[in-house]
Amino acid sequence: MLQFSKWKITTILVIILAGIVFAAPNLIARDKLDSLPGWIPKTVVSLGLDLQGGSHLLYEVDTKALQAERLQSVVDDLRIQLRTANIGYTNLGVQNQQVTLKLLDPGQIEAARPILQKAAGQLSLNVGADGAVTIQFSDAGAEQLKIQAVDQSIEVIRKRVDETGTKEPTIIRQGDDRIVVQLPGVKDPQHLKDLIGKTAKMTFRLVDEAAAASGQIPPTSEIVEGAPGSREEKLPLQKRVMVSGENLTGAQQTFQDGAPVVSFNFDTIGAKRFGDATSQNIGKRFAIVLDNKIISAPVIRSAIMGGSGIISGNFTSQSAQDLAVLLRAGALPAPLTVLEERTVGADLGADSIAAGKIACGLAVVLIVIAMVVLYGLFGIFANIALVLNAVLLIAILSLLGATLTFPGIAGLVLTLGMAVDANVLILERVREEMRNGRSPVKAMETGYREAQGTIFDANITHLIATAFLFEFGSGPIKGFAVTLIIGIVTSIFTSIWVTRLMTSVWLRRARPKALPL
Amino acid sequence: MFKPLHIVPAGTRIDFMRYHKLTFAISVIMVLGSILLFFTRGLNYGIDFAGGILLEVRSEQTVDLGELRHKLDSLGLGEIALQTFGDANDVLIRVPMKDVADEKAQQTAVQTIKDTLGSSWEYRRTETVGPKFGDELKSGTAWAFALAMLGIMAYVWFRYEWQFGINALLALFHDVITTIGLFALTQIEFNLTTVAAVLTIAGYSVNDTVVIYDRIRYDLKRYKKMPLPELINLSLNTTLSRTTVTSGLTLLSVLALYFVGGDVLHGFSVALIWGIVIGTYSTICVATPLLLYMHLHRIARKEEAPEAGAPQTGR
Repeated sequence: MLQFSKWKITTILVIILAGIVFAAPNLIARDKLDSLPGWIPKTVVSLGLDLQGGSHLLYEVDTKALQAERLQSVVDDLRIQLRTANIGYTNLGVQNQQVTLKLLDPGQIEAARPILQKAAGQLSLNVGADGAVTIQFSDAGAEQLKIQAVDQSIEVIRKRVDETGTKEPTIIRQGDDRIVVQLPGVKDPQHLKDLIGKTAKMTFRLVDEAAAASGQIPPTSEIVEGAPGSREEKLPLQKRVMVSGENLTGAQQTFQDGAPVVSFNFDTIGAKRFGDATSQNIGKRFAIVLDNKIISAPVIRSAIMGGSGIISGNFTSQSAQDLAVLLRAGALPAPLTVLEERTVGADLGADSIAAGKIACGLAVVLIVIAMVVLYGLFGIFANIALVLNAVLLIAILSLLGATLTFPGIAGLVLTLGMAVDANVLILERVREEMRNGRSPVKAMETGYREAQGTIFDANITHLIATAFLFEFGSGPIKGFAVTLIIGIVTSIFTSIWVTRLMTSVWLRRARPKALPL
Repeated sequence: MFKPLHIVPAGTRIDFMRYHKLTFAISVIMVLGSILLFFTRGLNYGIDFAGGILLEVRSEQTVDLGELRHKLDSLGLGEIALQTFGDANDVLIRVPMKDVADEKAQQTAVQTIKDTLGSSWEYRRTETVGPKFGDELKSGTAWAFALAMLGIMAYVWFRYEWQFGINALLALFHDVITTIGLFALTQIEFNLTTVAAVLTIAGYSVNDTVVIYDRIRYDLKRYKKMPLPELINLSLNTTLSRTTVTSGLTLLSVLALYFVGGDVLHGFSVALIWGIVIGTYSTICVATPLLLYMHLHRIARKEEAPEAGAPQTGR
């Protein structure tokens, strides 16, 4: 009991000191912290979104829609190619996630093969001897498409979010086809959600004036609705796309005649196509279509050769700004679905922090008083250990860059209650040994030795339950589990080693005849 | 220095074993009742598991719930549940999943509600959980639960003789089942944080049992001739002070949570309060008396043999 080797004492003191050093930055305000010299540790516990306010959004990339779209484009391609090559076919379409068709004359299979191969591209092509053709995604191909789609979506979301000036957003992949977007401190998540959720596929297409006049829609055209808020009504548009948003190189919100508009630039290919199309269709209308809704459908007055133009579509400056952001950031490869949203206002977060502080404070005060009343001097030792436990816990949370959530604070409060259990076990045991007539030193020694195994067993079961909570829990619950796990480990250290060191120093100094217990 | 308080006087001899048949009966009734309640009444799943929308809004003035209900009911979003809390300026708006079918509809519904309420409200919390994700959370949680139980079982099995292991697990299930029963009875919302609480209770319950079992094992070796009921009573009485103090202090800190934790931690702290009480009860009144029906004298004899190599036990 009395023997503490020098290195043991040093280790304990170093750990405590390190704990204090690494926990300290949490007490200093951020701006002051930044002005301190570089060698001082500055990592602090980061607050979860439920405490600092903000939005947590879990998106799923709709890769099924992407696959379907890809297959449909193969169908459209084949329809044109086979017709131009004069190869007869029937039943061309998408069924059960594969493109199917039947060549009328099996003798043409070899002639059709290069066309089919070209249209299929990366997809796997299967041609039967009777002329039945299927084109579908291989497992690897579908997987690749998924990965690409998610990567590209993350890229696009990041651009859009960055454009709005949101500070420190987290945008990461989760699992196979999911994206977590965390926007701390965002006041109006609705606006950001609208921005993120838009696919923003833009196309420039000619209005089918003949169909508009006759009301007869040919298969190469389709009716497209006007965008809500725009002045446009539904119009028949050619399915063929003049230029698409991929050819845009820039977009800005500006003003024209006092009204907000969006100006844009094409790359060279886009500029050429746009120039050609407009020069051939002077006097006709073309439509600017965003996500299958017409934003505006101006009349082509002259050929537009410069590769730049203006979209004027009854915008407010906000909506023009948003459109410019969307065009700059590019289109999402596939639609996104919100699987989960958790948004907490900054005020509620502040209230939670305040409540957490009160709960922690209250718990500490109650425990500290109770321990002194119950165990006197040794209660004070245990209380010092309790405070050091909290310090170490915060230090480790800071070092790990862990996030403190509201349930995490609950974990902290709970840890406080359970951390003193080890000391209670030890001290009760010491009392028993005293009753059996042992000397103070002997009683302490036995108490610590005998209680250790029990403390260890009791805490392991706790750790097991908590570890699984961490593994399977989400968000705030993970925060709870992390605090609890670290708290259990640090409490074993402080309540066994730290109190033991204090007790042994006291025993050596005071040399008591009886323990005040 | 003053004389520290001995909350349980030395030499206390409470005959715990005398009433064990009564407490067994109470426990059996509680467990059966909980199972019955779970299957008949069911749990009031929060949106974490059921999916749906939850909005926490605050008004400048005291809220007229009737008017608010009238406004929201006219939206045709189904059975919207309204609940004021705090100082009657705060309202929780819940739209259950069955009425808002998919993720897109959810987003639209949130927007509709916000548009209807207007900007005079402060939107403190907005949560939506889609049906698909709700199901995933449910199964993920079930796995966490099952694996945590298995993990604890494995440890107890490895660390103790099977008689102790089985009893500790019976007590553990007793605590977890009655906690779920409590939630079925009170219809307090059952959500992710509640599950965290239940798992914490599982850890606590076994923790409590382990401490007393360690003591009983120790006493079994020390007093080889003492009749079992007497020996268990002795072990319980010598650890009674620790049991009271630890349960009391943990309960105090959880009560602090209960009173200031607000709506977010309400279910969580209720579960923990119950868990601490029932965990302590089950250790004394279920797990320990069950040992009377196991043939423990064998353990004592086995551990006497030096070559047995039983794991070093804490005493």
